[in-house]
Amino acid sequence: MTKVTNVLIVGVGGQGVILASEILTEVATKFGMDAKKSEVHGMAQRGGAVSSHVRFGPKVFSPLIAVGDADILLAFEALEAVRWAHYTNKDSKILANDLRLIPTTAFLSKGTTYPDDPFAELEKSGYHADKIPADQIAKDLGNVRLANTILLGALSKHLDVPEEIWLKTIEARVPKKTIELNREAFQRGRGAL
Amino acid sequence: MKKLLSGDEAIAYGAWRAGVKFATAYPGTPSTEILEAFARLPGIYAEWAPNEKVAVEVGIGSSMAGARTLVAMKHVGVNVAADPLMTFTYTGVNGGFILISADDPEMHSSQNEQDNRIFARFAGMPLLEPADSQEAYDYVEYGLELSEKHDLPVMVRFTTRLAHSKTLVNVEEKALDKELRGFKRDIKKYVMMPIYAIPRHKDLLKRLADVQAEAETSPMQTVEMQDTDLGVITSGVPYQYVRELLPDASFLKLGLTHPLPEKMIRRFAGEVKRVLIIEELEPFLEEQIKALGIECTGKEFTGRLGELTPERLAVALEKAGLKPSFHPVKTPPLPALSRPPVLCPGCSHRATFTALKKTGAHVFGDIGCYTLAALPPLEMVHSCVCMGASIGNAVGVAKAGGSQKPVVAVIGDSTFLHSGITGLLEAVYNNANVTVIILDNTITAMTGGQHHPGTGKTLMGTDAPKVDLETICKSVGIKHLWRLNPMKLNELETALKDSYQIDGPAVIIAEYPCQLYPTRLKRIPMIVDPELCNGCGACLRVGCPAILTTEELSAEGLPKVTIDADLCTGCEVCAWVCKPDAIKFPVLEEVEHD
Ligand SMILES: Cc1ncc(C[n+]2csc(CCOP(=O)(O)OP(=O)(O)O)c2C)c(N)n1
Repeated sequence: MTKVTNVLIVGVGGQGVILASEILTEVATKFGMDAKKSEVHGMAQRGGAVSSHVRFGPKVFSPLIAVGDADILLAFEALEAVRWAHYTNKDSKILANDLRLIPTTAFLSKGTTYPDDPFAELEKSGYHADKIPADQIAKDLGNVRLANTILLGALSKHLDVPEEIWLKTIEARVPKKTIELNREAFQRGRGAL
Repeated sequence: MKKLLSGDEAIAYGAWRAGVKFATAYPGTPSTEILEAFARLPGIYAEWAPNEKVAVEVGIGSSMAGARTLVAMKHVGVNVAADPLMTFTYTGVNGGFILISADDPEMHSSQNEQDNRIFARFAGMPLLEPADSQEAYDYVEYGLELSEKHDLPVMVRFTTRLAHSKTLVNVEEKALDKELRGFKRDIKKYVMMPIYAIPRHKDLLKRLADVQAEAETSPMQTVEMQDTDLGVITSGVPYQYVRELLPDASFLKLGLTHPLPEKMIRRFAGEVKRVLIIEELEPFLEEQIKALGIECTGKEFTGRLGELTPERLAVALEKAGLKPSFHPVKTPPLPALSRPPVLCPGCSHRATFTALKKTGAHVFGDIGCYTLAALPPLEMVHSCVCMGASIGNAVGVAKAGGSQKPVVAVIGDSTFLHSGITGLLEAVYNNANVTVIILDNTITAMTGGQHHPGTGKTLMGTDAPKVDLETICKSVGIKHLWRLNPMKLNELETALKDSYQIDGPAVIIAEYPCQLYPTRLKRIPMIVDPELCNGCGACLRVGCPAILTTEELSAEGLPKVTIDADLCTGCEVCAWVCKPDAIKFPVLEEVEHD
């Protein structure tokens, strides 16, 4: 890998976006690359939109991905894929969790509403997102918290890093008794498409 | 050992490595994590001070005692600490002293975006600007050496982008062993009355000249000569953006930016055809370099507002007639319903502002989670200037007679102890007709749950005496005081109405613990009886994330609501505003079994 890879991970406060981007950054450094991760997490606790920029390659300068320069957009929630789609370009990949979280303040909004189908909204504007049923898979596995690992599994398919590095890094970050479940969740995410 | 560290963590590790034994701060985004990380390291003392001025004064004391010292704050904290700092450069140090200023271009979580590099120059402090976590780590030790060598406090200034980005750092396993130098009486150095301050000011200029000479050869300055058609002079994180966008240009990257290395800049400028200055916010480098008589541009392309993101910088570089490696694309974002931050479920601020809304008032606000109540749906905070401003603002409005409504100040417990007490003295002394509500959630919530003199715990986790807010208020002369639980909205409403009738100041201490910090609190969630809900939306207007609309319509044709049991903490504020009494706890038997 000679060029810098740009992964933008987005979602809603509390969904684990920051943890996922930490794991990705660690995976990249364990693979011997330079890596930078950047986000502003001032109000994340309070239900706001969260985004985290991860860049890795032989040498990384900027901690931020420029608009239109993300190689992969990984969205933990469908509307967030819409919000950040302009960071991608025609060669990018958008992976989005098939989950709709409607903000509490939606009833106050006069103009914009929550779209019935954010994926269709993206298509209308010329973007395509692959739908990852991460929450559904997590429910099947019996623990909604696994959605995070499932999404990382889906992401891992598009990055040229050995699976073992991913699994080792994830295992070090999850409770001991859920290691097996997380392994399975990661594999399900890898095979989700 | 290589570690992925945020800029804040790197400062903490760097300080520990350099033998800093003493660190103090008042929390403030994006600087808070520095002390939180430092406090977890072995063999040190770390504390929260009540405000930034006190932190610097304590830090000066620690330096006088001969300890290597770190004091950290967000940019606006330096305003609070300006008084001691402006004279500290006269006295100078004993133990090395680092002041961290964490600036916030773009105002990600601040009330302004002042550029504190100007403060360093104003006070006469050497200034270091790291560009990634490794530099943040290294600059602390370098800064302490500079501080001790030149008898000056040193400012390390960075921004939110560095504070909250993680990059790889080579971390040393061992701390340097720095012995405590001990305090020695030296009135010519430490007693800044005119007779001694006059010579110390003169000496300050000499000390700064010495630092300037050192800046000319400092390893913190790096020159990368490439294509000489363009030479870029830059510092801090903007270096990373411009280095990537103009990979072939020549660079003078300055780490030590006050005092500026004049000769080095002249030499660099002489070797390139065109000089471009890339910096965020104010033209700090540009104006000084222009004053040297060097032809250069910068701000006319980059502007003085916000963060200099890669795409903004790419646009600026094209405006400057250059060809950045990345062509700025102008894809506008798609319209997406916004997700404004909201008060957490169960937050007592929601109750207080719901009651205030019912009574009607002009409410002068302060800084904290409760500032969110300025936004819909509550809209009951009508000003926010700086920490501690609420009481003074309210007194001014009341005294000028510009409000036909009751005049109220709202201030958090941490903010009251930071800088509200003097405002209250003003209200008492000048007998102002104001109601002051202290929103006492027994924590500094906004910045992530830090302890303060009212919580009974220190940063190091030990027990501390709990200052009593009621005693403070009474001792400054408050005669009318209520101490109540704001979740009992009827009591709060009555107290408010009574306080509005009083001639002179009144205080309401609204006590109820934060639901997030120090530990997450949760009781039995409430439920909505769909038979009774008429879809009126009164509960939605208290702005709680746990209340959701459903597809089911009431007889009036309005969507009925439901409550998310995971989010609901059972605080009952929604039940208080529900006219048809549709919101209740699940049947009693279940409650008792829970
Ligand atoms: C001078 C200064 N220092 C620090 C901050 C950062 N800050 C904003 S609000 C706040 C304190 C909030 O605590 P509190 O008043 O108890 O209200 P809460 O958030 O708990 O409701 C702090 C430290 C600031 N804005 N200005």
